[in-house]
Amino acid sequence: MSKSHITTTINGDVREFLCDPSDTLLSVLRDNLGLTGTKEGCGTGDCGACSVTVNGRLVCSCLVLGVEAEGAEIGTVEGIGSSDKLHVIQQKFLEHAALQCGICTPGLIVSTKALLEENPNPTEDEARYYLAGNLCRCTGYDKIIRAVLDSAETLRGAA
Amino acid sequence: MVSVVYEAPDSIQDAVKLLATSKVKANVLAGGTDLLVQMRGQHEPRLIVDVKKIASMMAANVSADGVALGPAVPSAELSARDDIKAIFPGLVEAAYLIGSTQVQGRCSVGGNLCNSSPAADTIPALIANRAQCVIEGPDGERTVAVEDFVTGVQRNCMTKGELLTMIKLPQPAPRTSDAYLRFIPRTEMDIAVAGAGVSITLGEDGTCTDARVAIGAVAVTALLVPEAAAALIGSKLDDAALQAAADAASAASKPITDRRGTIEYRKHVVGVLVKRAAKIAAERAGG
Ligand SMILES: Cc1cc2nc3c(=O)[nH]c(=O)nc-3n(C[C@H](O)[C@H](O)[C@H](O)COP(=O)(O)OP(=O)(O)OC[C@H]3O[C@@H](n4cnc5c(N)ncnc54)[C@H](O)[C@@H]3O)c2cc1C
Ligand code: FES
Ligand code: FES
Repeated sequence: MSKSHITTTINGDVREFLCDPSDTLLSVLRDNLGLTGTKEGCGTGDCGACSVTVNGRLVCSCLVLGVEAEGAEIGTVEGIGSSDKLHVIQQKFLEHAALQCGICTPGLIVSTKALLEENPNPTEDEARYYLAGNLCRCTGYDKIIRAVLDSAETLRGAA
Repeated sequence: MVSVVYEAPDSIQDAVKLLATSKVKANVLAGGTDLLVQMRGQHEPRLIVDVKKIASMMAANVSADGVALGPAVPSAELSARDDIKAIFPGLVEAAYLIGSTQVQGRCSVGGNLCNSSPAADTIPALIANRAQCVIEGPDGERTVAVEDFVTGVQRNCMTKGELLTMIKLPQPAPRTSDAYLRFIPRTEMDIAVAGAGVSITLGEDGTCTDARVAIGAVAVTALLVPEAAAALIGSKLDDAALQAAADAASAASKPITDRRGTIEYRKHVVGVLVKRAAKIAAERAGG
């Protein structure tokens, strides 16, 4: 069986790749396109480390096939901020020390951005429920939630 | 080396033809939140038929007849539909309970039903609401009541080449509403230990004139419990009637003991859930 040729848009740039029809979007991003910001924790939809957006909707890239990216708009952590200018959410994660090992952080940044686009002023409960699919084994979540709520406040002030 | 073929047809006819004529194992792909997990580490030849390019599979229409729900509509989209929530709040809640925000972005009611897990959250809510499953196959179309759809653990009535094309939810009588409740040990991201979907119709004076009670995760399939409904019908949903319905649900359940709960515990909890769901449905029906 031959590989599928896929044309997609990732973080605003048109990208093409070849993949096996059974490859997940997660493995395509990491192994074919070198976008290793997206992490694999479980590969079964439980941990959220692989969170990306597909056509604006937050999903686990481990539960999407690479071939499904044809014609879609994909958003990954690489599209958020840059090394010389961090996004507010990234800055707040640093300020609040909302990470230790960091494996969950890209997924949390992508999910937090999706949360704040949907709901710029979440309560603590709303933020915790929205992010319940992003597991962190290190921080105990408290600092993450503080960073998220502080990001929301800062972004509202800037808007 | 690679033996998986992916197709994304844009019509039901083409999807059925692909499924019916496949020489290898063929799987329908809706949101993939069950299928992709099940495919992990498997390397057998396979045809994947993605149905999300078929417009009717991804649409949900409200009319005087009720709701025609495309089986592949993602939960995130269903939860945002106030017109559907107004008629079937319990069903929408059940769909919203599935997984995380990320899973919600993909998972569908049709996928939940076709995966046919005993603990699937939407199935009791579909049964309570008298859903009809429209199935298209190589021999044409047939319609199956949802309580007859699932036949065992991850088994259902569909045969090779068949596709679930529509979930029809008939328009409920006036002063009818529903509720779905499940019990999980955590507050989020867990599989039901027990679940209950209830639909209640009230008369002008608040007497329950019709009811449907369905329970999940307490038998190999979700169960319709007519005895529980009978205990509610004709009553004002007083404590005695609610307790009788709960007892009927506990008696009808055939749970197993596993690390999530014992038989005794599940039997008790499913009764409590029926009672609470009936109260919520009645409040909604009266309001
Ligand atoms: C992290 C996580 C948490 C979860 N939590 C829950 C939960 O709380 N409650 C719960 O009930 N489930 C849960 N699930 C299971 C799963 O998300 C649901 O069952 C979901 O509704 C499946 O929908 P889908 O569209 O993703 O199905 P898919 O994976 O696309 O399909 C599921 C099965 O149905 C078949 N199928 C799909 N559509 C059709 C069709 N139209 N015709 C014929 N066959 C079809 C597929 O071939 C496959 O076998 C969870 C899953 C994950 C990964
Ligand atoms: S790697 Fe996708 S959810 Fe864990
Ligand atoms: S910082 Fe280690 S998992 Fe979150």
